[in-house]
Formats: sequence, structure tokens, C-alpha cells
Amino acid sequence: MALQSLDIKQRSATTTPSTQVRQTVEVAKLIDVSACIGCKACQVACSEWNDIRDEVGHCHGVYDNPVDLTAKSWTVMRFTEVEQSNKLEWLIRKDGCMHCSDPGCLKACPAPGAIIQYSNGIVDFHQENCIGCGYCVTGCPFNVPRISKEDSKAYKCSLCSDRVAVNQAPACAKACPTGAIQFGSKEDMTDYAAKRVTDLKERGYDKAGLYDPQGVGGTHVMYVLHHADQPELYAGLPANPSISPLVSLWKGFAKPLATLALAGVALGSLFHYVTKGPNEVSKEIEDEIEREDSEKEGAQ
Amino acid sequence: MTNHWVDIKNADLIFVMGGNPAEAHPCGFKWAIEAKKTRKAKLVVVDPRFNRTASVADFYAPVRSGSDIAFLGGVINYLLSNDKIHHDYVKAYTNASFLIDDGYGFDDGIFSGYNDQKRSYDKATWKYQMDGDFARVDDTLQHPRSVFQMLKAHYARYTPEMVSKVCGTPKDAFLKVCEYIAETAAPDKTMTNLYALGWTEHSVGSQNIRCMAIIQLLLGNMGMAGGGINALRGHANVQGITDFALYAQNLPGYLAVPTDADADFKGFVEKKTPKALRPGQMNFGQNFPKWFVSLQKAWWGDAATKDNDFAYHYLPKLGGASDVLSIFDQMYQGKINGFFCQGFNPLASVANKKKVSDGLSKLKYMVVMDPLSTDTSEFWKPHGEYNDVDPAAIQTEVFRLPTSLFAETSGSFTNSGRVIQWRWKAAEAPGDAKDDTEIMATLFLKLKEMYAKDGGAFAEPIQKLTWAYRIPTKPSPEELMMEFNGKALADVLDPKDPTKVLVKAGDQLGSFAQLRDDGSTTCGNWIYCGVWSAAGNNSARRDNSDPSGLGQTLNWGFAWPVNRRILYNRASADVSGKPWDPKRTVLKWTGKVWGGNDIPDMRPDAAPEELVMPFIMTPEGVGRLFSRDMMAEGPFPEHYEPFETPLAANPMHPNNPKALSNPAARVYKGDMEAFGTAKDFPYVATTYRLTEHFHYWTKQSKINAIMQPEQFVEIGEELAKEKGLKAGDRVKVRSNRGFIKAVAVVTKRIKALDVDGQKVHTVGIPIHYGFKGATKPGFITNTLTPFVGDANTQTPEYKAFLVNIEKA
Amino acid sequence: MIRDPKDLKRYDASERANHWTVGISFILLALSGLAFFHPAFFPLTQLFGGPTWARIIHPYIGAIMALAFVVIFFRFKHLNKMTPADKEWLAKAKNMVDGNDHDMPEQGKYNGGQKVMFWALAVCMLLMTLSGLAIWRAWFGFDITVVRFGAVVHAAAGAVMIALIMVHVYAAIWVKGTIRAMWYGTVTRGWAKQHHRGWYRQVTGK
Repeated sequence: MALQSLDIKQRSATTTPSTQVRQTVEVAKLIDVSACIGCKACQVACSEWNDIRDEVGHCHGVYDNPVDLTAKSWTVMRFTEVEQSNKLEWLIRKDGCMHCSDPGCLKACPAPGAIIQYSNGIVDFHQENCIGCGYCVTGCPFNVPRISKEDSKAYKCSLCSDRVAVNQAPACAKACPTGAIQFGSKEDMTDYAAKRVTDLKERGYDKAGLYDPQGVGGTHVMYVLHHADQPELYAGLPANPSISPLVSLWKGFAKPLATLALAGVALGSLFHYVTKGPNEVSKEIEDEIEREDSEKEGAQ
Repeated sequence: MTNHWVDIKNADLIFVMGGNPAEAHPCGFKWAIEAKKTRKAKLVVVDPRFNRTASVADFYAPVRSGSDIAFLGGVINYLLSNDKIHHDYVKAYTNASFLIDDGYGFDDGIFSGYNDQKRSYDKATWKYQMDGDFARVDDTLQHPRSVFQMLKAHYARYTPEMVSKVCGTPKDAFLKVCEYIAETAAPDKTMTNLYALGWTEHSVGSQNIRCMAIIQLLLGNMGMAGGGINALRGHANVQGITDFALYAQNLPGYLAVPTDADADFKGFVEKKTPKALRPGQMNFGQNFPKWFVSLQKAWWGDAATKDNDFAYHYLPKLGGASDVLSIFDQMYQGKINGFFCQGFNPLASVANKKKVSDGLSKLKYMVVMDPLSTDTSEFWKPHGEYNDVDPAAIQTEVFRLPTSLFAETSGSFTNSGRVIQWRWKAAEAPGDAKDDTEIMATLFLKLKEMYAKDGGAFAEPIQKLTWAYRIPTKPSPEELMMEFNGKALADVLDPKDPTKVLVKAGDQLGSFAQLRDDGSTTCGNWIYCGVWSAAGNNSARRDNSDPSGLGQTLNWGFAWPVNRRILYNRASADVSGKPWDPKRTVLKWTGKVWGGNDIPDMRPDAAPEELVMPFIMTPEGVGRLFSRDMMAEGPFPEHYEPFETPLAANPMHPNNPKALSNPAARVYKGDMEAFGTAKDFPYVATTYRLTEHFHYWTKQSKINAIMQPEQFVEIGEELAKEKGLKAGDRVKVRSNRGFIKAVAVVTKRIKALDVDGQKVHTVGIPIHYGFKGATKPGFITNTLTPFVGDANTQTPEYKAFLVNIEKA
Repeated sequence: MIRDPKDLKRYDASERANHWTVGISFILLALSGLAFFHPAFFPLTQLFGGPTWARIIHPYIGAIMALAFVVIFFRFKHLNKMTPADKEWLAKAKNMVDGNDHDMPEQGKYNGGQKVMFWALAVCMLLMTLSGLAIWRAWFGFDITVVRFGAVVHAAAGAVMIALIMVHVYAAIWVKGTIRAMWYGTVTRGWAKQHHRGWYRQVTGK
């Protein structure tokens, strides 16, 4: 949202480095799925802090509501019923922006400064610079940004960058009644997650683990999962997310090369002209035509 | 709660049955998660649905709605037959050793003294064998008439096979739950149990809870940190409401209310003042006269004198039942003219909407005091099929008086853990809204004025009522709290040393120990005495320091009684005064007095050798495994089917139709006929709440409506397949009393159960929806529910009834 | 420029209007498209009333160009059939570029290079249109993989197309007397005789 007094690590559609001199502590939100009861207090807190109200929808035959992320719902709980080896589980995952270290949205964005990554790791959309092209949606490996139907701008969780800037935890973490949402330095959150994983392993979840996918350079929203070996169980959380190779191709090295190539064509043409000169109708042909004309006139 | 919210973190096992705290009490449930994280506690859930609490549980077992006593009786049997009880505790701190009267008996589901015409018991034989004033005991527990042996015999029938047959719980799942529970029989292990309306809202609700009381006594978990019987109250202040006698069966502080039979003061007080059943016990109830007289003094001040029996004749006498079902039954019969409906939406929240609506239609007038325009206030108005009424046929005049919301007034909340916490006004009420107190005060003063002007029958109780508020039309919350705390009218002297003045005349009282039965003290609610002492408003204290590490925080707010955080805490130490678990010391004998981390639930200087037992509120001094004549349907809980049962007979008593459903439950004329049978309504239905909403209130709030916008019902995949339904389909759910339509949620979380050889499906129906609000318009769930209640409390049986379901 | 009644008619008014519809659309598309192609070109969005307007307008202009291009395509398709003479011309194209066009084979209305250009642009235009629709969020909501693929194709085809048009424009500038064919519709007989002798013969009968 608004610019914060946070140091900027990178900025969309900007080819020169952003401020690099000062380092702030990398932060992270840790969502302990094993302690989450799906109460949606985080959804409410998000709506209230950010002053957004989605439509009153319908029941779609599931507990999920709103049924998907929207420009006005930046986080939603996703409920999945899983039955494996005769054991039923109701897996409830808070979905929203993962704040990747290597953010696909930022990479894809063509508008300078519409997407900012702060040095604390938060990836933030600055809607005043957003042009509404939806390239961020194309770039995101987690299918998070949503384009508003009202203003055509992209919206998503800001990790409450405004709160974090003044040393407050994000609204969702503040509101979470069970402490399933923790917030702090990424290092602390990783340590805390390790404790939770140990506890889960003692309770028989042999494959419990931390979800901090390296394919996107790690994330600043992490999950403790009982089944870290099967993240897809949690409403399709990708197992190995990375920026799509198509997006990398599109937004990676190809573009500077293509730009150079175009410049080459332009310059090549110019130098061709000044070295070879223009291609004009030759004197002989002009003369031939003139001759023909005078013959014709003479014939009359 | 005998314990409190934070104390849940001290448990080794959190046993959740008859409640769904993750769903309905998410903030308090943090302490269950805390116990899991910091104590490696286990969480076990038993429920008809795999619910939000089950989603974070270590173990879940299904149970048929309405069969809890069979399940818990099975647990009692498991503990006794596998010798998984805390012997020293049971022997010393329960009535296991007491001998039961020879006349007492139990035969095929019916206890001695039953009168099936009156559907009630003559409880004369439900008592102990007596030696003079005191009950006879056998310390070996071997006597065949001892409570211990009788308990064993009673529950021997609740075998794991029987549990599985009645409850539909797979036998191995039941045994697994028993193993978890049995582990806490060790003196240094505790189980807390969290329950709510899933136990109370049955025709055997109170006995569901009695079962758990027996289990906790057998395990030695009462009085312990991380133990106790913990009712999770729904509304932020429903505990406060109960404490202040919202229900007409009680006076404030759970004091008995006189009935028409209690003609005189002396007889009433004598009847209600218990005598100790064992020597040397505190029998705290003996102080009843002090509490009652102080209450009369609070209400009628100088007009209540020793000579006029403290204005006993002013106090209205209860003419009969006055619970919610009886009130609406009387309304239905046309016996009530006017109805003040304050902070209550009965059209939505009372069983059998049709009967309630018909009752409201027979009123001359109804006054609705509420911050919101409730469904009840528009019961007469057609809202399509959601409220299909003919206003021309309804002559009830309805007045709506807008009131302020809780955040728009100051005052206090009393939470489930009995902690009274002051809160400060956060905003001004909108428009013409007034505080409830102002409306009631204005009304009272108007009535008083009319009596003064026009006269009228028995004007005195109104004319003489204490009304000493600075602004008579606006009693302030502070004045009210000071008033119900009570004060000394004359110097209160120390009984041991009459030269010592404990409280000077005119000062606020510090504790109910200072109450007197001679008219020298006032107190509007004895259990709240001390909340506003000479030190000021103790409920406003906000010091959360916790030297014990147990979360006792004795300087945060004020817990009734006398700021005690864990009731029966004397039982956390052995007979000699040493804590059963020194790591979780609640109380210990220091040599001179009781010390530790709580206010002792014991005379502070009662040395262990005096053998004053911990359950000071009982005349026995010990916890009751056998509840004598305290319960309507028997001294030991017995399984009875819900009034609408999918079974033809009670599997425990297949040949005794009298023992099918609670033999002592009250059923009104016409309501028995309104029960449906399994032939027409083959599925068990249960109603419940969702995290996203609070009762019928938050459907008016947009943000809650966004989170859960539309009414739904939950059905298992197997039933959905049988009925050709898929998630998102619109379905019609019918009971014998009406129908609702809703969206189907098809789930793996509700399984068909094998009960007594037949397959039983459950239909889950959330409440919350109605025709008023920001949510999509919906039907009122209580259109479906039966008009019958628990035999003791008359809480309606919202949790187990029969329905049919079809595609709408 | 002196206009001579004896000049040869190369394009009629409708063809010229059609060409310039495509041409102007292309220029606008290239400018706005480049702005989103690489940050270096982003300031070009100011030509369109700012970046958001550039984003809004670009696909609509694209739609206009696509329609106009379809018309042009069917107008000139039959004139762009490749012949053996075109292949020979293409084989000798290097000489032509070097300014040595004396021994180029005789060409009809279009030479081999122009025909290759025609077909290359047609392919690009098809790709641009399809991929453009795939990523036009205002109207369509395709699967994310389709959108991602569309974005790559759109960018790649766009770059190729810009390069092709640069060659097209440069060729028109370099070969003197060419541009007037699209301004006035006529060329001099000398121009025709030198560059498209086959066509010259066909229209003059000589």
C-alpha cells in the first residue's frame, strides 16, 4: 500500500540496483497448520486492519468462505478432508501471499515501483504504480494476486508492511487465538518451527516439516506441515514451486537480448544507408524511359 | 468451570466431549494448544462430527448424538474394572465409603420410587444409611451397600461391547479413549474436560455432566491444576447472567428461591440450611441464613427488619416451573398477556419455532429491548417462506426499545472461569438507544409513581425497594456493583474477639465471611462479595503477574468466590496436606495455615489432622459419586435414549418401554404427539454453532456474514450418495415440527454409525441463520427441534432429534 | 515531387488506406508494447496518457490491426505466391543489399524478399493475435499456463515483428521512389522498370 519507511531491496521494472547499503532483519510469518483451527479470525483481522470488505457470498457446499482469494480477501482458509490409511484429517491452511525471496510477481511486473521487495523480505504491491496488466498473476507460482474488478489493480497480502514498519506483528498474527500464526525474524521462526516439528514427530507425524520452498529462494510466509512430504494435500500447496520457466524466459535474459537485436537492426539499417547509399533508379533506365517518351511524341 | 481458562495449559490430557471449543471458544482454546505445545499434553475428542477441535486432536472417536452416558458409563466401568483409579483420593475425598439406604434400588432402567403417571420419583430411598445425624461409612469400601460397590455394580453393565452397541463408537476407538483417560489416574497426572452445550442440551444433560464428575473424582482430578469439570460458557457474560439468577428457579448466587409451599421465613430458612452429614465438616451451606438475610437487606433495606422476618413476605414465591419451556408453553396456552423480551431472540433460540410463534401471537403486547432488530421483533411479519405468517391473524402489539450494546456501556463480564473483569465503555450508543438499566429504572420509577398515585394491590414491595442511586433513572454500573458486593450497616465484629471490628458501619464488605444473619449487612449476591471491597473495584485489577507459573494471576480481576481460582483446591493435596503433584502446587499445608498458589477452599487454619474434607459445599465434605436425591432421574446416571431416537428400544433395557427415554423428564401436553418416529424421520439430527457466528446476533454483521454467508447442513458422503446429493445442492430438512431449506455440505467428517445392528446417519445443522440480517435470508433451525428439556434444568434437547432430508 | 500522368498506378486508395490502418496501428502497438517489454522503454507509456491508459488501449489497437491485417492479407495473398524466380532472387539477395542490383532476376509486382516479408508478418500477426487474446485479462480468463505461454509468445513474436517492420520501413526508405507508392499510389515508370520489370511489362505491355 503506502510507501513505508522500510529499506527497498528490489523494485519492479527497474534495472538499476535499489538501496543495498543497509541490511534489515529478514522477517517471516510462520503458520503452524497443526495448531490452526480454521476459525478465520485472521481473515476478519485482515479485513478490518486493511479496511476491505468482500461481498457476502454463498455457501458452496464447503466451509471455505470467501471461497477464493479476491482483491478484497487477501487471505482465506482452505479446508481439505483427507483420509489416508483409515485416518481422517481435516487439513486447514491459511492461504495468501508467500512473500517469496525471489518473487515471480515482481519479476513479471512491467510497471516501475508497482511491486517492491523490502530488505526485510516483504513483497508489497504499490497500487498507485500498478497499471493493471495482470503480469504479476502470470508470474506468481502460488496463484495469489487478484485484479480488482473495480479499479483493475492488483491486490494481495502486504504482510501488513505498515504494521511491521512500526514493529507490530501483522494483523492476522495478532488476532490468531491459538498462536498458529507466529511472526518474527526468519531465523527465530525457523527455530520455532523446528521445535514444532519435533513435537509433531513425537506425536507420530514422521514426515512433519517446515515448508520454506527453495525454488523461490525461500519464503517469508512459512508453514509447519504434518505431512511436509505431501504439501499438495493442503489444498494444492505446490511441492516444488518455482517461477515458471516460461516467465523466466519471458522476463529473463531474452528481453535485453531482443532489445539489443532491435537496436542492431536499426543501427544496421542506418549504417547500410550511409555506407552503401540509397538505391535509386539507374541513369540508364531513366534515359530509356525518356527515350521512349520522345519516340512516342515524335510518332504523334 | 471449577478451574479456569488459563489452567487448561496445566493439563496432561484434554478430553473434549459435549463441546467443540476450537469452534465455539477459539480464544480460550489457545490454552489447550498451549498445553500441547509446552506440556506435550494429548487432546482427545469424542463427538458425532469430526469437528474443528478434532482437526487438531491426537485422537478422535465418533459417538452417536444422545448416547454420552453410555460412553461415559463405559469409561467408569473401564476405570473400575481395570483398577485405574486414584485410590487414596477416592477413599478420602469421595463418598465411596458411604453406605446407601437399603430401600434404594435399580431395576431394568428405573430407580426405586418411580411414579409413571407423574413421570417423577419419590426420592425417599435415595439416601445414606444413617447413624444418628451422620452417614454410616465403611472405610474398606467392601460393604455391598457402599457407594463404591454399588457404583461398580451399576456400571458393570456398561461393557465396551455395550458402549459400541449403543454409541456406534468402534470398540477399539472406545478402548483407546479409555486408555488415554486411565493414564491420568496417576496422582501427578491430570485430565481436564471441556464441555459445553453438547452435554447440556439433552433430555439427560445434567446426568451427562454427572458422569464426568464421577470420572474426575475416581481419577482424583478435582481440585488439581489442569483438572476439574469445565463448562465452557458461550456468551462473554453468560456466567454472570447465571450467577445473577437470570433463571427464576434461583435467587442471585444460586440461593434457593421460596415457592408457594414456603409460607414462612423460619420454615424456609430451616429447610434450605443443610446439616453436616459427617463430623467436623465445614458444610458451608450452613451459612445460608446469612446470605439470604443480607440479600433481603440489599433489596429492601430498612423495610427488612428482624421483626418482619426481613421482609420475607415481599419476596415473590415461585408458583411453579418458570423455565423457558414452561414460559412459552404457558404463552402458547394463552395464559400470558405481556412479554418483556430483553436481549433475547426466542423465536430463533427456543425449541419448536412454530410453538413459540403461536405463543407470541397470543400475547397482548411484547416489548423487545435489544440493540438489533431481532427475528423475534418481527415474528408477525411475513418474510417469504422463511417466516410464513399471516399478520392479519396476529394482534400482538410490539414495541421495540433500542438498547446500547456491551461496548457502549461500562460494566463487568464474568467468564467461564468465574473471573469477573471490569470493562470500560468504548463508544457512544447510536440514535435513541439507551442502556438496559436506564430503561428498566425508568419503567420501575413510573410504576412506583403510579402505585403512589393510584394505589394498587400489595404496593409495598415496590414502594420500599432500595433505590439509592445518584440519578434514579440511571443507576450506574459502579453503583450496582458496589450494591451487590454489599456493605456493613453496623460494625461487623470478629466472632472470636468481639472487641475487634472487622468492617466499620457503612464500609464495603471484603468477603462473604463477613455477612451476618442479623440484618447488619447487605449483599446482593453473596458469591460476588469482595468484588468491590474497601480497596475498590477489584474486577478492574490488571496485574497479570503469575509467580506460580500456573496462570493463577490472583491480581487480575476478581474470581468468585473470594478470588479463588480453582474450586475444591484442598483436594490438590493429600490428606496430610502435601500436594499430589508438587510441580503443580495449588495448595499445601505450611504447618500453621494453608498456603500455596490460590485462595484456600478450606478454613485457612484447618490442620490436616482435623480431617476437614475438601468439598466444603457439600454436607458430606466429600465429592459425591452417589448424588443422593439431588437429581431428578436418579443418583447414578443411566443411559436413556433421546425423546426422538432412531432405535425402537433402549438397548440397555430392551424390554422396558418406561426406560426408553428419561423417565423423569417433563413433557407438555401436545409435545409428546409432536415427536417424530424413526419410520418417518430416519436420521439423527444435531444442531450446533459455527466459529464464524455468534448465535443469532452476528448474522447482522457484514464481516461475519462474509465469513459464513448462508445456511447449510452437513451430511456424510454415504447418506449423500443414498440420497443422490452433492455438495452445494439445496436440500429440505424436515422434522415432525416443520422444515428448513439449506445448502448441503457433503463431508467425510460425519460417518454412518453402526448402532445396535442398524446404520444410523447424522445430519448436522448449524444454527445462526434467520430472516433478519446481513447473511442470506434463511430458515430458523429451531423450527425443527423438539420442545422437551433436561429433567433438572429444562434445557431443551437441541442436540438429538430426528429428521428426514431430501433435495429441495 | 513532380507527379507525372504517365506514372504507373501501384496501389489504389482503398489499399493505401488499409495499409496505413495497419501501419499506424503497428506504430502505436510497438510503442506501447515496447513500454511493457523492457523498463528502458517504459516512458513511452506517456505518449498514451500514462501507463494505465497504455495498458488499456494497447489490446484494442491490436484488435483493429488484426482486422485490418486480415483484409490486407486476403488482398495481397495471391500476389505473394513464391515462384522459382523469387527463389533465385533470394539467392542473390546479398548482391542486392550490397547495392549491386544489376543482375537480379526479373521480378513481378513483388520480389522474393517482399514475399518472405509478407508471409513472415502474417505468421507473426497470427501469433500476436492469438497470444494477445490469451493475455487480455479485461475480457478473457484463460488458464494460467495458457496465459504464461501467451505472454512469452506475444513478447517473442512482437520483437520479431518490430524487427521485420524496421526492415520493411528501411527498405522503403533505401529504395528511392518507393514510399510514394503508399502516399499517392503511383510509382515512376523508371522505378517500376528497374525494380519490378515483370510487373512493368505487365502494366505497360512493353
